[in-house]
Amino acid sequence: MDTMRERFTAVASRLLDEDPRLAVVLAVISSDRFREAAKAHPDRVIDVGIREQLLVSAAGGLALAGMRPIVHTFASFLVERPFEQVKLDLGHQGVGAVLVSAGGSYDIAAGGRTHQAPGDVALLDTLEGWTVHVPGHPDEAEALLRHAAADGDRRVYVRLSEHANREPLPVTPGSFQVVREGRAGVVLAVGPMLDAAREATEGLEVTVLYATTVRPFDGEGLRAAVGRSGTADVVLVEPYLAGTSAPFVDEALVDLEHRVLGIGTAREELRRYGTWAEHVAAHGLDANGLRGRISAFLR
Amino acid sequence: MTSTRTFYDYAGLERLMSLMSGDEKHGPAATSTLDVLWVLYDRVLRVAPDTADDPCRDRFLLSKGHGPMAYYAVLAAKGFIPEEWLYHFAAFDSPLGHHPDRTLVPGAEIGSGSLGHGLPIAVGTALGLRAQGRDQARTWVLVGDAEMDEGSNHEAVAFAGAVGLEGLHVVAVDNASATYGWRGGLASRFAAEGWSAVTVDGRDHQALYQAFTAPHPGRPHAVIARVEPKYV
Repeated sequence: MDTMRERFTAVASRLLDEDPRLAVVLAVISSDRFREAAKAHPDRVIDVGIREQLLVSAAGGLALAGMRPIVHTFASFLVERPFEQVKLDLGHQGVGAVLVSAGGSYDIAAGGRTHQAPGDVALLDTLEGWTVHVPGHPDEAEALLRHAAADGDRRVYVRLSEHANREPLPVTPGSFQVVREGRAGVVLAVGPMLDAAREATEGLEVTVLYATTVRPFDGEGLRAAVGRSGTADVVLVEPYLAGTSAPFVDEALVDLEHRVLGIGTAREELRRYGTWAEHVAAHGLDANGLRGRISAFLR
Repeated sequence: MTSTRTFYDYAGLERLMSLMSGDEKHGPAATSTLDVLWVLYDRVLRVAPDTADDPCRDRFLLSKGHGPMAYYAVLAAKGFIPEEWLYHFAAFDSPLGHHPDRTLVPGAEIGSGSLGHGLPIAVGTALGLRAQGRDQARTWVLVGDAEMDEGSNHEAVAFAGAVGLEGLHVVAVDNASATYGWRGGLASRFAAEGWSAVTVDGRDHQALYQAFTAPHPGRPHAVIARVEPKYV
């Protein structure tokens, strides 16, 4: 199977052929994978070098000139390092772009903290108007990328990861999907966390919801699932900072007595290298780790 | 926008600015950017109130958003905004703040205030115009010499020079306010990156006009407009 990042470069290259409004803006990362596209579209594949402030500002300028930029590098250098550019040169200017990150929270485990961005979604939550897609499979990534490219002038963040589920689900941008239903509570699994969440809840009578779009948060979908379950206990399983979506759960269930357990990566820095799978386990995000915490939380 | 627009010439700017400052004594020289802005809007930029949304217009991006009174005065003199707006400068319901907001000010291409954003944005705008075949539309950005301290500008200067972004034009108003100055002059920083760069008297309208309209095939163009030092 290809990775989400490989799928992204292939799909974005095709989208450049299809839509003259699109431009791909890069800061070296993945540039080699756009070599053919750059030959075909020399003015619409732009590599600014290792200049991430310029990466995002130039995207803002492209959008002001009427184009739809697709902006890509590792999450740490796309959202965190040039955060003021994201805030001002896209948001404050009132223009849109598609930001596509790779690396996520722990993909580059051997690279250490400098290449890890577990706070990217939480940071974007401080801003207005961002759609955030977290695909769990390369097929889902392709569907969401195509959706994002054609999503008017909206500001869209697509968070790609090496971590993926074994099988794709049909994507419904903006809505949570019901994977199964039960009466002991609701587990909301985000993107690549679905396989582990399913395995961890085998034999538990819980509803499992699947999210590939986390912003806007499908509060109605969650509320409906809680209503059918009859138990307002919600477990969030997110592949980034634990509890990132907890305020949105509270907002959706504001008039119900409810409990929320936010599971995700830990705030404490994990000063280990190794593989992403080892980091997933170290954060307690594999099926074993999840099962213990979910079982302890449910009544 | 219910008001009729009145057009003014350079001599009218002083009064327009006094509407905001409430200070009759300060002449145009009190504002470092005024002459640069006037020459650009009066003689160089191909944009007017009726073409402010034309995809082929020239773009002017005020990066140095601080002290925007001269900018608002010129926009009023050229009919982009009504003169009455100037009376309520920076009031709660005024479209004109201490830093401009493009979504509130007709003719303003960007919102600015945080330094070091306009030039990198202008790189993208010039790239976008080129990619759409709108090569006749030029992109201008005004920065200050102290604003050039921001590292983001140097990302933009190096990149634009390397790719020969001919549609990009910078006017750097140099009132010697950069904390540590620019050894060898600010123009040398642009020239070293392959830009066409000239330094002129920022109060001399004819010299500014000539510098603004000098040909620069295959290269971006920088005009360093020197004015009186901010701190004497």
